[in-house]
Amino acid sequence: MMERRTFLRGLGALGCSAAAHPLMTTVTLAQSASGAAPLGDHRLVVIILRGAMDGLDVVRPVDPILAKLRPSMAEAPPALPLADRFGLHPSLGGLLPLWAKGELAFAHAVSTPYRNKRSHFDGQDLLEAGTGMDVPLGAHREGWLNRMLQAVPGLTAETAFAVGRDALPLLAGRQPTMSWAPDVKLALTAQTQLLLEHVWHDDELFRESGTEAMQLAAETAGAGDEGQDQDMSMMAAAETAAPKEPKANGTAGIDGLIDFAVSRLAGDTRIAAFSQGGWDTHRNQARALQGPLSQLERSVLRLSEGLGPQVWGKTILLAMTEFGRTVAENGTGGTDHGTGGVMLMAGGALKGAGVLGRWPGLEEADLFDRRDLMPTSDVRSWAAWAMHHLYGLDRQVLEAAVFPGLDMGDDPGFVA
Amino acid sequence: MIPPAELAAIRFGIGLPGDGAADARVLMDGLSGPDPMLAAHPGPGASEALEFQRKGTETAGQARKLNTPAAIEADKEMRRERRVKQLLALRLPLARALDAPSAFRERLVHFWADHFTVIAKNGFGVLLPGAFVDEAIRPHIGGSFADILRASTLHPAMLGYLDQVQSVGPKSRTGRRRERGLNENLAREVIELHTLGVGASYTQADVTQMAELLTGLTVNRKGFLFRPEMAEPGAETVLGVTYDGDGVEPILAVLRDIATRPDTAAHIARKLAVHFVSDTPDEGMVQAMTAAFADTGGDLPAVYRAMLDHPSAWVPELAKARQPLDFIVAALRALGVDGARLMDMGEGPFRKILFTPLAGMGQPWQSPRGPDGWPEVAEAWITPQLLAARVTWAMAAPSRLVADLPEPEALLTRALGTVADARVAWAAVRAETRDQGVGVIFASPMFNRR
Repeated sequence: MMERRTFLRGLGALGCSAAAHPLMTTVTLAQSASGAAPLGDHRLVVIILRGAMDGLDVVRPVDPILAKLRPSMAEAPPALPLADRFGLHPSLGGLLPLWAKGELAFAHAVSTPYRNKRSHFDGQDLLEAGTGMDVPLGAHREGWLNRMLQAVPGLTAETAFAVGRDALPLLAGRQPTMSWAPDVKLALTAQTQLLLEHVWHDDELFRESGTEAMQLAAETAGAGDEGQDQDMSMMAAAETAAPKEPKANGTAGIDGLIDFAVSRLAGDTRIAAFSQGGWDTHRNQARALQGPLSQLERSVLRLSEGLGPQVWGKTILLAMTEFGRTVAENGTGGTDHGTGGVMLMAGGALKGAGVLGRWPGLEEADLFDRRDLMPTSDVRSWAAWAMHHLYGLDRQVLEAAVFPGLDMGDDPGFVA
Repeated sequence: MIPPAELAAIRFGIGLPGDGAADARVLMDGLSGPDPMLAAHPGPGASEALEFQRKGTETAGQARKLNTPAAIEADKEMRRERRVKQLLALRLPLARALDAPSAFRERLVHFWADHFTVIAKNGFGVLLPGAFVDEAIRPHIGGSFADILRASTLHPAMLGYLDQVQSVGPKSRTGRRRERGLNENLAREVIELHTLGVGASYTQADVTQMAELLTGLTVNRKGFLFRPEMAEPGAETVLGVTYDGDGVEPILAVLRDIATRPDTAAHIARKLAVHFVSDTPDEGMVQAMTAAFADTGGDLPAVYRAMLDHPSAWVPELAKARQPLDFIVAALRALGVDGARLMDMGEGPFRKILFTPLAGMGQPWQSPRGPDGWPEVAEAWITPQLLAARVTWAMAAPSRLVADLPEPEALLTRALGTVADARVAWAAVRAETRDQGVGVIFASPMFNRR
């Protein structure tokens, strides 16, 4: 196994200024033999659910008001009993064994500080930047996960991996991170590899990046193919249909993506992040939500199985979305952009199962703007408490540097 | 020693074969006169772009609201049209770069388009960034910085992208009636990104005053307009200068003033040097450019000339990495592909061979992450993942773009000239197939640097 070079910058570096020249940090980073050591053994996986997942449909309150406001969805498959007052969307039924083991929890009625405008673009911007509304939308340069890494000295780029082809502003910033999409194919003959190594040899940047690319491609070739075979019929069907919009993150390749994340997290990587799209269910939600939820379920299960009890036991996965959706259904069997939503948490490092957070109720007077679930906690505070317990980060650092201006409130105590 | 004509084509142009410019004077000559590419490959303007955005958004809303087969079909049709336009937004810059008599001029267009980044926030706004480039950037790259700043700041695409259309003076008539307020986004970026630079000496008060001053700038269905009822009444003080008066005049005045501040001169000079010459440019060259800016009140050709006249602009070391678009343009140039071929290419092949791979190399077209545009440092582009995408494209795309792939040996001379080193010359002729020989050349560091 060749030595990993620390100065390589992943996609996470895109968008940051030239001021933080990566080569200048090479020396200090190289002093740490294992870059992950300062973070210990705990793993954090963050999934950004793009498009606004409907928390009220995923973790459904047992409340006649909901059935009344969502008549067409009442005919959908019934929820699976979860906690006292909540049921789980049946498309996540495969996660119930994790619930039974105390490795699945939800924070309900959460949101970012974003209010009133309900744009995906701005909402995701804020979710990943981790700031309050005092920073102008569009002025964000760094993601909160990158700022967390900046707060810990001695990390290498490989400590954090952005997985998949989507740009991930969450990890963007001056701390170097790695990125790789396991479906990136570098199918080269042995002779071509040799020739490329030859032409790259005298240019350090090309030599190091190229060698790393060949190695990563070789490592992920098997896993990716397996995933592709399963999706072959789906891809063929898509190609015969009218030309499709390039999907931010289709169903294809999710297995390869998770397997790659597993392979990194089993090594020096402590943090992995990726995104999943398809949540913008304006129409026929009963059907439209099944695909994305099944994919999320598959991601969580494959991750827990792949990591194995020991590493999964030290892992917390957070799946968060930019905002929730309207409490009432719209005229087309779907829901529109809302405010409060749900965050899914999984992993052996959780203290136990539960639907956490203060429940605001669904009476009209309880709602935000008389239409959306009222947020009762800041989604950032949950992430902050997770990082506090996993990595020992000071509350002061979290509230000032990672999530500037956040009040973490009382410890909700969900981390073991 | 690289011949000046080769270096000019590689560093200040789009690669070899060059356009013949071999020195500063000829490079500068290419900037005079109206932009020939606007006529050769015309693109949709802001009014068409706004109309398409309006219609697309309305059709999508109808489909959601009515949910009838007709409304859904109309929405689908608009989305099909959007895909065509999305490709057009890439066809035009590629075709123009390849056909332009002055490649330097095209490179400057991309520099300024990136400096004043505009991104379509609405899916149906897909034509707005291109219209912005044609109307606010292309006509002004040979003028003064004040001109390009004014044209960019007042363009409907910029006013929409940086939320100026939502900014209302709290004490204005609209502000009092509708309880709406300031949005500082454009004001901040004009100061922080477009003029003074993030490290310059200004305060939050300057940003807020600037935001109050800019109120009234907005967009209607036809384009830019000034609405007095949105404008904050009274005078504002920005960077120690007080601006008073009605209408758009005080706004034009603050833009004129800020365009010639010393911080602006230094910021623009350095950014140009970083873009064209080195991620860590020679301070002497930056100072000469800053001085030229200051001495001429921001005459852009004088600043370009100061760069081109400085010996550091002609050092043989190729320190920069070509950005993905420029990498693709350079390969197309070397393969002899012209603009007409790209304009005529079918939707499917164009998407597969050019549009999607460009995103895979890290440059989804017209969609950088934020208003600060694309990164400059080579390390941001030559990562394992992004380099893998370049290699894959280099091996597979050329044979789909030209019927007869050139012999690697011939391509070596055509694409790299004297820049070709012994290593790439050795490797190119040892590939197992012609495709791979071409791929090795395009994947080589010499071809990816400038």
